[in-house]
Amino acid sequence: MTDRIKTPLLFAGVALLILLTGVLQSWNSALVILNMGLISAIMALGVNLQWGFAGLFNTGIMGFVALGGLATVLVTAAPVPGVTTGQALAVLGALALGAGVIVAAILMWQHLRRARGLAVTVTLIAGFFLFRAVFDPAVALIEANNPASAGNIGGLGLPALWAWPVGGMLAAGAAWVIGKTALGLRSDYLAIATLGIAEIVIAVLKNEDWLARGVKNMIGLPRPWPVPLEVDLQQDPGFIAQAAGLGLDTTTASTLWVQLIYAVLFAIVLAILFWLVERARHSPWGRLMRAIRDNEVAASAMGKNVTARHLQVFVLGSAIVGIAGAMMTSLDGQLTPGSYQPLRFTFLVWVMVIVGGSGNNWGAVLGGFLIWFLWVQVEPLGNLLMQAITTGMTDSPLKTHLIDSAAHMRLFTMGLLLLLVLRFSPRGLIPEK
Amino acid sequence: MDLLNAFVALANFVLIPGIAYGSQLALGALGVTLVYGILRFSNFAHGDTMAFGTMVVILLTWGLQVLGVSFGPLPTALLALPLGIAITALVMLGTDRVVYRYYRMKKADPIIVVMASLGVMFIMNGIVRLIIGPDDQNFADGARFVINAADWRAMTGLSEALTLRTSTVITIVTAGLSVWALFWFLNKTRTGKSMRAFSDNEDLALLSGINPERVVRVTWIIVAALTVIAGTLYGLDKSFKPFTYFQLLLPFFAAAIVGGLGNPLGAIAGGFVIAFSEVGVTYAWKKVLGHALPDALEPEGLVQLLSTDYKFAVSFAILLIVLLFKPTGLFQGKSV
Amino acid sequence: MSAPFLIGEGMTGGYGKGPAILNDCTIAVNPGEIAVIVGPNGAGKSTAMKAVFGMLNLHKGRVLLDGEDITALSPQQRVIKGMGFVPQTHNIFTSMTVEENLEMGAFIRTDDFRDTLEQVFTLFPILRDKRRQAAGQLSGGQRQQVAVGRALMTKPKVLMLDEPTAGVSPIVMDELFDRIIEVARTGLPVLMVEQNARQALEIADRAYVLVQGANAHTGTGRELLADAQVRQSFLGG
Repeated sequence: MTDRIKTPLLFAGVALLILLTGVLQSWNSALVILNMGLISAIMALGVNLQWGFAGLFNTGIMGFVALGGLATVLVTAAPVPGVTTGQALAVLGALALGAGVIVAAILMWQHLRRARGLAVTVTLIAGFFLFRAVFDPAVALIEANNPASAGNIGGLGLPALWAWPVGGMLAAGAAWVIGKTALGLRSDYLAIATLGIAEIVIAVLKNEDWLARGVKNMIGLPRPWPVPLEVDLQQDPGFIAQAAGLGLDTTTASTLWVQLIYAVLFAIVLAILFWLVERARHSPWGRLMRAIRDNEVAASAMGKNVTARHLQVFVLGSAIVGIAGAMMTSLDGQLTPGSYQPLRFTFLVWVMVIVGGSGNNWGAVLGGFLIWFLWVQVEPLGNLLMQAITTGMTDSPLKTHLIDSAAHMRLFTMGLLLLLVLRFSPRGLIPEK
Repeated sequence: MDLLNAFVALANFVLIPGIAYGSQLALGALGVTLVYGILRFSNFAHGDTMAFGTMVVILLTWGLQVLGVSFGPLPTALLALPLGIAITALVMLGTDRVVYRYYRMKKADPIIVVMASLGVMFIMNGIVRLIIGPDDQNFADGARFVINAADWRAMTGLSEALTLRTSTVITIVTAGLSVWALFWFLNKTRTGKSMRAFSDNEDLALLSGINPERVVRVTWIIVAALTVIAGTLYGLDKSFKPFTYFQLLLPFFAAAIVGGLGNPLGAIAGGFVIAFSEVGVTYAWKKVLGHALPDALEPEGLVQLLSTDYKFAVSFAILLIVLLFKPTGLFQGKSV
Repeated sequence: MSAPFLIGEGMTGGYGKGPAILNDCTIAVNPGEIAVIVGPNGAGKSTAMKAVFGMLNLHKGRVLLDGEDITALSPQQRVIKGMGFVPQTHNIFTSMTVEENLEMGAFIRTDDFRDTLEQVFTLFPILRDKRRQAAGQLSGGQRQQVAVGRALMTKPKVLMLDEPTAGVSPIVMDELFDRIIEVARTGLPVLMVEQNARQALEIADRAYVLVQGANAHTGTGRELLADAQVRQSFLGG
C-alpha cells in the first residue's frame, strides 16, 4: 500500500526537479536532462534485467552503448562516395573470414581427438595472417579515400529509426560471444571479462578509421523521423507564427520543439521496452530467472539449465543497452569514441540501478532519471560550493585550482551516494516486491 | 644477417621493457590477489587506489623538490615513497573501517562487497581529480639514463643501441626487493604465516586463535605498500595519469587470474605473462627480423601483429583463454 | 563421584534459530579417558560435540570445563581456555607445509612450543619426515594426523575429534585409534564422535549412544558392547 503512494511520489519528485531546472535555469536544459534521463532509464532497465533479475554482474555496459552508437553510424550515415562495393565487400569478407577461422578453431577443438592443440594453434596463426592479407589492403584503400572528410566505409543511408534495433542486435551479438565464454564461471570473472570487452570495443572504435573514422569522429548523422532540423523550423512561416503566439523567439522555440519531439520519441521507446520487460518479469520465464538468482543450486538440481537462462537474460539486457546507445548517438548526431569513459557509461548506470532499486523496473527507471539529473547538476552545485568556499580567499593558484576542480565533484558525489545506499538502503529507493 | 644486433634490438625493445612492465603488473596483481585471498572480493577500486597513492607520492616529491632535497641521480620520488605508503595505508585502513568492515561482519555476498568497491573507486577517482586533476603529471627527476645510445655504440661498436633508463633499473630493483620482502614476510614470519593460513582455511584459522581483524589490517597495509610502489614505478617509467591507472585494472586482474586468484606466486608469473604478450604482440618486429634473417628474407612491412592501441585485447585474450581452459589459473588459485 | 573434567550437561539446542536437535543431552569426559559418542545417522552425534565446543545455541543446559562455566564463550575463547577441536572436514591448511600447520596450531601460545612440536613428531613420526611437504599433498590418514597434531599444538586440556576416521581405510583407522589411545595415556581427556561404532566402543572408557539428540545408553565401552539392546540396534547383532 505504501509502495502505491511512494513510487508516484518519488517520480513526482524527480519530475519536480526537472521542472525546477526549467524554471531556474532554462527549459532547454530541462529538456536536455529529460532526454538523456530517458536514455539512461533504458540503459538502467537493461542492466536491471541482468542484475536485478538474474544477478549477473556486467561491467561492460560502455561497450554495448558504443556498439549501439556504431550501429547508428553504419545504418544512418550517408554512403561515402569513392568507396566501391568491391572494397566494402573485401572488408566484410575479411571479417567473415576472421570469424570463420575462429569458428573452425572451436570446431577443431571440440571434435579432433589427436593433436588438437597443435591443429588449433596452426589454424589460428595461419588464419590470422590470411585475414591480415585480405583485410589490410582493403582497409588501406578505404582509408586513403579522401581522409580529411571521409576515409571510412560509409553508412547505408537508411532512416535512423532502423538503426536502433540494429544497435540492439549488434550489442546482443557481442553479449552472446562474451556470455558463451564467461557465464557459468564465477560471478566476478564475468565482471572482469565484460570490463575487458568494453575497453576493446572502444579501442576498435578509436583505431579502426575505416569503420567510423576513429578519433576523427563521425558528425552530422541524420535525425530520426519525425524530428525536424532547427533551421527548417526557423524558416517555416507557420512555426514562426506559432512561436510568436507563445511569446518565444524563433530560435529558442525551434530548439525546444526539437528536444520535445525527441522526448516523445524516447518516451515511446521506453514505454514499449518497459512493458516488455514487465511482461517478462511476470511470466514463468521471469519467475524462473528470479528462482535461479535466489538459489542457483536448487534451480539446477531441479533440472533447469542455469547457464542457458543466464545467457538469454544477458543477451537481452545487453540488447536493451545497445538500443539506448544507438538512440544516444542519434540524439547527439555524432559518434565520438574518445568520450566513452567507463565511469560515465558503465559504473554510472550501475549507480542508477542500485540507487533506484535492483530487481524493480520502476526503481531502475527512477534511478536513471534521478542519477542523471544529479550527474548533470552536481557540477554547477559544486561550482557554487567552491565559489562559496573561496570567496574569502585572495586570488591565488589554490583558488583557481579549487574552482577548476569543481567539475570533478560529481564522481565523488556518485561514489558517496552509492556507498550510502548500499549501506543504509541496500534494496534501493523502490525495492523489489 | 647479424644475430648480435638482432639480440640487442630484441633486448632493447622487447626484453627490457617487458621485464619493467611485467614487474609493475606483478606488483599491482599481487595487491589484487592478496585482497582476494584474504578479504575474498575482487577489488575494483585497486586502480584508483593506486592513482591515489601515486598522487600522494607526487605531491610529497614536489614538496621535497621545493625544499631543495634531491636523491642524487635517483628520482626524489623514492624518498617520498615511505611516507606516501604510510598515508595511503592509513586511507585504506580508514576505508576498510568505514566501508568494508560492515559487510565482513554481516558476511555479505562477495558481489555486494564488489559493489561497495565500485563506490570506493568513484570516490578515490573523484579525490584524485579534485586534488591533482585528470591530466598527465611527470615527476621523474635525477639521471635519465644509466646507459644511453651514444655510450653504448662507443662501448660496443654495434649499430643497434641498447639504452638503459634509470627508471627501468629502479623498477626492476625495487620490484625485486618488494617481492622478496613480501615472500619473506609471508613464509617466515608468524603474522605472514597467519595470513596464509587465513587465506587457506578461514574457519580453521579462527579455531587456531588467529585474529581475523588483525590479518585484515596487515593485509591492507601490505596492499597499500605494493600498490603505491607499483603506481610510483609505473609513473616514473611512463607517466602518471589517473585514467591510465584506472585502466590498469584490466591487466592487473588478467595477471592475477592467469596466475590463479589468491596465489601470490601466480600473480607474479601472470604479470610477466601479460607484459611479455602485450609487448610481443604490439611490437613491430621489422628491426629484429631485419638483423636476424638473411637479406633475401627481410620483411617489408612492420611485422606488427596488432597496433599498440589494442594492448587491452592482449590481456583480454589471455584472460579468456585461461578462463576457458584452466579457470583456476596456471598456479592453483582459489575457486570460491 | 566428583564432577567430570569436561561436561556438557542437559544440553538442549539447535543451529541458529532452528529447531532443537539436542534434547537434554549430557556428555562428559575425564583425564586419561577416551569418551566416545556413537549412534545412528542423524542422531546428533556431531551436533552434541559442537554444542560442547560452543558452535550451537543452547536453550538449556551448560558446559563446564574444569569446574568453570564456559557456556557463554565463543569457540575461539574456548580454544584459549584449553579445548582442542579437530573438525571432521577442512581440518588442515592444505597449501601450507606440515610444520607450518603445526605452528599455526600453536598460534595462541606465547611460550616456546618446540617441545610440543617434538612430542607431536614423536607421536606421529611420519609427520617429521614430511614436515616440509604441503599438507594438501598427503594421504587421507596422514592429513588426519596433521589435523590432530595441529590441535595438540595448543597444549589443550581436552582433545575433541569429530569423526577422525571418516574416509580412511580400515588399516589406517586402526593406526589412528592406536595413536589416540597413546594421546589419552598421557593424561589428556579425549572426546570423539565415531561412525565406526564397534571399533570405537572397544577403546572407549566412557561411551554415549545418542538417539534423536538424547542419551539412549551410557556406560563403559565394554558394557555397551555387551548390552544386547545396543548390539541389536546399532552393531548389527
